[in-house]
Amino acid sequence: MKIPEIFLGYKRENGRAGTRNHVIILPVDDISNACAEAVANNIKGTIALPHSYGRLQFGADLELHFRTMIGTGKNPNVAAVIVIGIEPKWTKRIVDAIAKTGKPVEGFSIEGVGDIDTIAKVSKKAQEFSMWASEKQREECPISDLWISVKCGESDTTSGLASNPTVGNLMDKLEPMGVHLCFGETSELTGAENVCAKRGKTKEAQEKFMKTWNSYNDFILKEATNDLSESQPTAGNIAGGLTTIEEKAFGNFQKIGTRQFIDVLEPAEEPSKGKGLYFMDTSSAAAECVTLQAAGGFNIHLFPTGQGNIIGNPIEPVLKLTANPLTAKTMSEHIDLDVSKILSREMNLDQAGNELIKATLKVANGRLTCAEALGHKEFVMTKLYRSA
Amino acid sequence: MAKTDIIIHDKKDNVGVIVVEKVIEGQDCCCWIMENDTSKDIKSEAEIPLGHKIALQDLKEGDTIIKYGHDIGKVVKLIKKGDHVHVHNVKTKKW
Repeated sequence: MKIPEIFLGYKRENGRAGTRNHVIILPVDDISNACAEAVANNIKGTIALPHSYGRLQFGADLELHFRTMIGTGKNPNVAAVIVIGIEPKWTKRIVDAIAKTGKPVEGFSIEGVGDIDTIAKVSKKAQEFSMWASEKQREECPISDLWISVKCGESDTTSGLASNPTVGNLMDKLEPMGVHLCFGETSELTGAENVCAKRGKTKEAQEKFMKTWNSYNDFILKEATNDLSESQPTAGNIAGGLTTIEEKAFGNFQKIGTRQFIDVLEPAEEPSKGKGLYFMDTSSAAAECVTLQAAGGFNIHLFPTGQGNIIGNPIEPVLKLTANPLTAKTMSEHIDLDVSKILSREMNLDQAGNELIKATLKVANGRLTCAEALGHKEFVMTKLYRSA
Repeated sequence: MAKTDIIIHDKKDNVGVIVVEKVIEGQDCCCWIMENDTSKDIKSEAEIPLGHKIALQDLKEGDTIIKYGHDIGKVVKLIKKGDHVHVHNVKTKKW
């Protein structure tokens, strides 16, 4: 198959391209959710991104909060941003960082004003942004403007046999075309950590990966009361036939095909070493991981599932594929691509990879994913430790 | 080509994965080894559902389970060739 060299995207002020054209209402903190949701309810064409944190965080945890907020606003799938916080200082820090992309962004704070007048003021600005963004047209963009993140969930043995290798096949074909790629899930590489580290392109990348994994493993050993067997693999994984974390890890690892990663990113960190594959230090919980990858600037997500994960994200479309024929049948409304014919050997990996590339481009061009059509908008902040 | 009941990732593996809805006790199953595109047969000694593993050889306590050509855990209870391999007889070496 000749891989198309273009897709239809939204060109942004900073040279990036989006697969979506969202106007977002971003609350800085949990107590600003009500305001954000009221505005999104008033003004069509906007979405609120409520979440649970943003007060009294400190140190690395606070920095991660800011990085996630700012990265979400900067993502090219977002046309314009409204930031609402309880107080002006943290609100301004987020607004100023997003403004560097050149996109329209404005901040509001609630203290001294109250919800009702804030909602009125913000709604006027949100209406302006929404109508402005609605004029944007899709244009031809090179395929290298795609930044593709991957994460699997509710995995079973069919993930490691077929749906994850299908994603790996896509990576093998698209990486030479100049796309950015990202995988994560630090915990779910346990058992395959040494094999994974060897995929670092440089000694520096390999050492950075082992340092990240070791730090995670030390944390697990410190906090675990007994072992992690109750959580990893999950009950869903076990029902699907996965027995140990090692087995899950080697299946997970199939998603990167034969690629090498060029750098290890902090959670929600934007890649800075050019095109190619990156590893991001993330939780393996689906919504947390995709939220961090979207904040890193990735504009389309591929999600292989075995037993049937249903996750979506408010700004980054999440395309799901499965190789489990039962899941494809019983949860068809969640599955964008069925590759179960690999198991019956009616389809090979090369063919499945091509089908996934076609499906990815359709979504990049604007086709709704199942998760978007069903209204899945899971926006979940990663919290590193207790607040002050 | 006979219908494939079981897929084995790597020729070094001592387990395979059921890729049909289930296999039943005493069933003669056809295995396909992905790595070198060869086939072999095995008799199932238990009912095993889709996605679960079958032992390709006898395994004793302390033995290592190999899948993808790699170590994925240790045997904690005697396993006979053709048996169901899962959390009741295999445990992680991590954590």
